[in-house]
Amino acid sequence: MYTAADLRKGLKITIDNEPYIITHFDFAKPGKGQALYRTRMKNMISGLTMDRTYRSGETFEPAHLEDRRMQYLYQEDDHCVFMDTETFEQIHISEAAMGDAKNYLIDNLMVDVLIFREKAIGVDVPNFVNLRVTQTDPWVKGDTSGSDSKPATVETGYVLRVPPFIEEGELITIDTRTGDYSTRVKE
Amino acid sequence: MDGNWTLARRRSNLAGRGAIIASIRNFFQQKGYLEVETPFRIPAPAPEAQIEAIPSAGWFLQTSPELCMKRMLSAGYPRIYQICRCWREGERGVRHLSEFTMLEWYRAGADYRQLMEETEELVRAAAGSAGIAYRGATIDVASSWERITVRDAFRRYAGIGMEEALEGGLFDELMVEKIEPRLGLATPTFIYDYPASCGALARLKKDDPTVAERFELYIGGLEIANAFSELTDAGEQRARFEAEAAERAAMGKAGYPVAEKFLAALPSMPESAGIALGIDRLVMVLLDAGSIDDVVAFTQEEL
Repeated sequence: MYTAADLRKGLKITIDNEPYIITHFDFAKPGKGQALYRTRMKNMISGLTMDRTYRSGETFEPAHLEDRRMQYLYQEDDHCVFMDTETFEQIHISEAAMGDAKNYLIDNLMVDVLIFREKAIGVDVPNFVNLRVTQTDPWVKGDTSGSDSKPATVETGYVLRVPPFIEEGELITIDTRTGDYSTRVKE
Repeated sequence: MDGNWTLARRRSNLAGRGAIIASIRNFFQQKGYLEVETPFRIPAPAPEAQIEAIPSAGWFLQTSPELCMKRMLSAGYPRIYQICRCWREGERGVRHLSEFTMLEWYRAGADYRQLMEETEELVRAAAGSAGIAYRGATIDVASSWERITVRDAFRRYAGIGMEEALEGGLFDELMVEKIEPRLGLATPTFIYDYPASCGALARLKKDDPTVAERFELYIGGLEIANAFSELTDAGEQRARFEAEAAERAAMGKAGYPVAEKFLAALPSMPESAGIALGIDRLVMVLLDAGSIDDVVAFTQEEL
């Protein structure tokens, strides 16, 4: 059990049987008044945020989440299928629960699957992934529009803005934390 | 050089802090106040429902130098001030350190109104010609400061009566969420006349005993100081202590020995007013620091 005094940014707690992560925390205590623990937290399944204020003495059940290293196999309808490469056990995670992570999933990518109460609730992809550009318009030499980027589609179907010199078929590195182009991979 | 980058980058704030404290000492010296030092470790802190003293070898670290300073008032020291460390268990956040620096001053023959004026003078002296620019807002310290009663603040900013908020157990939440962010924005704000139940050591107002002669100073939404016209009736003070102690017991909190020497001295204490001002907080607003961590050399986590 946690008490209100344990609350801090990054702490994971269970509310109404769902895991939440505290994203903002503020200790407040108006003169001579009681301590108030003000939080903003994100539901780790739905991604929705909420603000809650707690008082001294309130208690919380920790949210125990387990990371399992798994390999992405393929997509099937609106689910993604992952496999534990040691036990060969397979699990399905809904596309909705995947969030932005599905933008970076290529076959055989190793990811951390987050498990809460034996249910997979999401995945952590590496901070940087390399993906091949499948479509982008060629750079017109002498383009005077002053544009310093253009749209490109990568092999997962994800569309992002890349520098004008990137060509179809090239491999690029994407920062999955921001979803932005990072660098070109020399092959 | 590897070094302690966090500590090294606080150099200008720590220099500013030193200058502010020097200007405070200068202010009180010119006003004829005596700087005093009272023990940090005491046998009997004032029992306050929401303030936790840290035990120290059978006694306690002071949560405020209030009781010792009032014994000095009773013994004939009419103008005294102290800059000292205080400790409060479990108080930590961007505006709180469990060990922090307090300025308290007491003045015989004064009431809380006169103390508001003296507080204005002190903060103006400490701010100097630079004034206050805090978190992107310019706060005018030269003009006369806003004064608002707690009752009016609840009506204006929380849309609810002060008594109603107290009865509903919402007083503190509404103060933090609706009222504090609105205080001390154009000029510093004195919010005053707190409910009688919110000032265990304060005198009740003669023409309205539902409120205590207590004020707080806010600058930029930040609580800076708390002051009272001091209660001098020993019987009434003992009853208030007993009520606070009962409230602590009801919450399962530790009890403290009764501060008998303080209660015994109280009948000799002249009519006075006293104020506690958080030095770290004042330094935050004067130096435009977003966190209390930025204005001290070491936080408890850095030791």
